[in-house]
Amino acid sequence: MINLKKISKWYGDFQVLDDCSTQVEKGEVVVVCGPSGSGKSTLIKCVNGLEPFQQGEITVDGVSVGGKDTNLSQLRSRIGMVFQNFELFPHISVVDNIKLAQLKVLGRSDDEAHKNAMRLLDRVGLADQADKHPAQLSGGQQQRVAIARALAMDPIAMLFDEPTSALDPEMINEVLDVMVELAKDGMTMMVVTHEMGFARRVANRVIFMDEGRIEEDCTREEFFNTTRGERAQIFLSKILEH
Amino acid sequence: MNYNWDWGVLFREPYLDWLISGFLWTISVSLAAWILAFTLGSIVGIARTVDNDWARGIATCYVETFRNIPLLVQMFLWYFVFPELLPYDAGMWVKRELPMPEFTTAVVCLGLYTASRVAEQVRAGIEAIGQGQRNAGLAIGLTPAQVYRYVLLPVSYRIIIPPLTSEFLTIFKNSSVALTIGVLETTAQARQIEEYTFQGFEAFTAATLLYIVVTSVVMLLMKLIEGRVRIPGMISLGAK
Repeated sequence: MINLKKISKWYGDFQVLDDCSTQVEKGEVVVVCGPSGSGKSTLIKCVNGLEPFQQGEITVDGVSVGGKDTNLSQLRSRIGMVFQNFELFPHISVVDNIKLAQLKVLGRSDDEAHKNAMRLLDRVGLADQADKHPAQLSGGQQQRVAIARALAMDPIAMLFDEPTSALDPEMINEVLDVMVELAKDGMTMMVVTHEMGFARRVANRVIFMDEGRIEEDCTREEFFNTTRGERAQIFLSKILEH
Repeated sequence: MNYNWDWGVLFREPYLDWLISGFLWTISVSLAAWILAFTLGSIVGIARTVDNDWARGIATCYVETFRNIPLLVQMFLWYFVFPELLPYDAGMWVKRELPMPEFTTAVVCLGLYTASRVAEQVRAGIEAIGQGQRNAGLAIGLTPAQVYRYVLLPVSYRIIIPPLTSEFLTIFKNSSVALTIGVLETTAQARQIEEYTFQGFEAFTAATLLYIVVTSVVMLLMKLIEGRVRIPGMISLGAK
């Protein structure tokens, strides 16, 4: 489904991604972890073309992300993305947030978009908040709306860029629960996160990144049970301590 | 001070008519210039934030040129110099056939000058929103133009209502510069009344009051708009 071949990216002289290759199969859940500054957020933003890259090739469902003739907007409309800071549109209501791209990109009727939005809000447990504005919701609620907004486009895959990092601890689980449900429903997911509990529960594979390189790319069992490289061990011991 | 106060002069003919006519010219020049400034300023301000070197370069040149030349100089340049720089026929047309030449020139000059200032505010409003919102819009499949239309602009215009209000007020006050090329607006009429009657204090007090009236109306109007478009739950955008 998602294929990355030898991706390298530089900011000026500084190399942020170094020869990264991996793939995410249909229905697979891949967790990407690593210390901050390791390039994991940059990597996931390359997948839907929000960050350009200088070398290598990424294809999603056979379409080349960096290709000159690729209609990036059309490709992005098929890939859902959830951000660390939610990024709901503050000036429109929750339900309108979920309807916007359905109306403007997919050309659905208002009625159809509304029904779909309400169904998804119900799914993330927020149907009663539909007419509020984003700033009137808690962080966890906003992130669940953001997930619903992405799902409204009927995406073929979902990208999560540290979806729980900006949340208060007591709100992390309500977001993770929605993500676990999604994973169990067979959604193809690429998730940048430090939530190792989530990785243990639903990840098929775990990727560990450091200094712009993919250092480990293995199954969940291998990652948590067998001996890994020194850096991955240090990283894991640091975040699993508490 | 040996001054013969006579407030009655303001209500005698033809001076009352002069003031009214001047006031209407002030309003006409300012509103027409504001429409031009707001439209062009928005386009230029947006162009300064797009992902295109040419558009950004041209917009930057525009802003730096128009905001760095004194308004008075610009007024003279448009009125006296600009027609001479045109090809002969076009220059003659501007000098002879341009309808309401003083008014038109004043509107164009004031509009283009204020546009450069509006552009900077629009740019600041868009840049205040940050990359995250832009990315979120792009990620759900909106085109870059749709991201501006549905995500960035609705929020940035709300953010810049206070500075835009100042700019809207300034355009009424700056419209007095148009008297230098012969637009008989409020200040020009006040001067004329002084020359005819030697009642300068009364004339300029009237002009002052007229400016205060119009700017107060503008302030009220903008406050009304600000309240109308307030985003529920957002404190940072000027909510009370």
